Amino acid sequence: MLCQECQEREASLHFTKIINGEKTEFHLCDICAKDKGEELPGGNNFSIHKLLSGLLDTGQAFSTPSPGRRRQPERNDLQCETCGTTYKLFAERGRFGCADCYHYFDEKLDPVLRRIHGGNTAHSGKVPKRKGRDMHVYREIEELKSAMQRQISEEEFEQAAETRDKIRELEHALKEKGGDAS
Amino acid sequence: MTLKSFMNEALSPWMKNEGPESDIVISSRVRLARNLEKVPFPIAASEEQLEDVTYRIGEEFTGDAHQDFGELSLVKMADLTANEKQVLVEKHLVSPHLTRKPLHRAALLSKDESLSVMINEEDHFRIQCLLSGFQLEEGLQLADAMDDWMEESLDFAFDERRGYLTSCPTNVGTGLRSSVMMHLPALVLTKQLNRILPAINQLGLVVRGIYGEGSEAQGNLYQISNQKTLGASESDIVKDLRSVVTQLIEHERTAREQLWNDSRMKLEDRIFRSYGLLSYSRIMESKEAMRRLSDVRLGIDMGIIENVPAKILNELMVMTQPGFLQQYAGESLKPEERDQRRASLIRERLHMENNEESHDGGGE
Repeated sequence: MLCQECQEREASLHFTKIINGEKTEFHLCDICAKDKGEELPGGNNFSIHKLLSGLLDTGQAFSTPSPGRRRQPERNDLQCETCGTTYKLFAERGRFGCADCYHYFDEKLDPVLRRIHGGNTAHSGKVPKRKGRDMHVYREIEELKSAMQRQISEEEFEQAAETRDKIRELEHALKEKGGDAS
Repeated sequence: MTLKSFMNEALSPWMKNEGPESDIVISSRVRLARNLEKVPFPIAASEEQLEDVTYRIGEEFTGDAHQDFGELSLVKMADLTANEKQVLVEKHLVSPHLTRKPLHRAALLSKDESLSVMINEEDHFRIQCLLSGFQLEEGLQLADAMDDWMEESLDFAFDERRGYLTSCPTNVGTGLRSSVMMHLPALVLTKQLNRILPAINQLGLVVRGIYGEGSEAQGNLYQISNQKTLGASESDIVKDLRSVVTQLIEHERTAREQLWNDSRMKLEDRIFRSYGLLSYSRIMESKEAMRRLSDVRLGIDMGIIENVPAKILNELMVMTQPGFLQQYAGESLKPEERDQRRASLIRERLHMENNEESHDGGGE
């Protein structure tokens, strides 16, 4: 197939754009593709991550921000304390640096996830078997701790002491298994 | 090496053309993305950390055989030649991404190659099951079992609200990508596919060519996969894909009937021309090979060509890729040499069938 621009060279870049069901095809040779680079998303560097970073709301991926829409004040200074990845870096490369990034960027994630996953922000699938078991224990410890606080404030010290022993027992059991009970 | 013994070594079970609906669904794949809890994702990890991940997998999961997967072996990308890596990619056992920075990248492979775990790709682990035909549920079961087995000794990054945590937010939650590779020549010929694809996209599924993101559909082969990984259970994600694929199979069957009834002579002519070109050409460029093979395969599936087994498309589609051609040739080849080798390999393969026919009257 010949390049649709110059009609001279063989087309080597084939690109299909579908926006709201409207399909546009480009068939370009290397040289014309470079010239046209501005109009094609990402030009030769076209990749899902470039597209993705558009979703991550930094206003960088698409150079013209929609004028009618007022943006929230930017909070791109968030940083993961575990691996040091900043939100800005995350938005640029479309990748979290470590599992804790999810925690440190939490306030910005719901809209991002909603857009990627058809409105969903929460998991409802598999739970790891071994770790899932521990999770019930963690939850129980949390519940016991708040119960203990309530008992202390109501001056039910005997019950509070019993609750404390139960918490210790559970925490000890977790430690035995090698889990981290802090 | 003879072509036959090369094929015995080279072909994975998913190319064998077995399993349900294998006249239209070439293969089914299920993959799960997993990460270790306290190690940064590969994009942010140090070399030592990556090395440690590979080392732990080698220690824990090779050697003793697992009941479902048999013995697993760890293949380190840094130990392979460029061509060996290329062959793994062409067999869909590893992604091109894994081979680009080979240091501390590896794959855990089962003997029959139905299971592979990529190590230190975008995530620490990508558990992948690749089966022949329409077997999504089976693939999910296998991947799930491997996940359970790994979780017995590894702490995976998991959050109660977000699910399995992944490096890219497009995989978070289940970490599940299920996909099928379909051969849809009649829908393409009758120009119906272009109307169907946008509808499929609207259902949250992605359609693309066989070599992944952004690749063109070659040989009328399309890969259809789920996009969403968060918010639905693994079995629901697979069920949704399954129901769309089932409908596509119906459409393709109807389109084949339509071709048969309305333009049988034209169809036969097209198919036999392609068969002739494959049987006698001396130079065969890769795109043309895929197109001709697709025609011949359609001819086989519709009973127009007899005495050629249907699995030939699956096999040749992979064996005529550059990496395989060079592996078979035992040397690196220039593009024009590849086109010649490709033509001769296809001729030889078709000839092999004819010979077997006349000798023992019926294949293997």
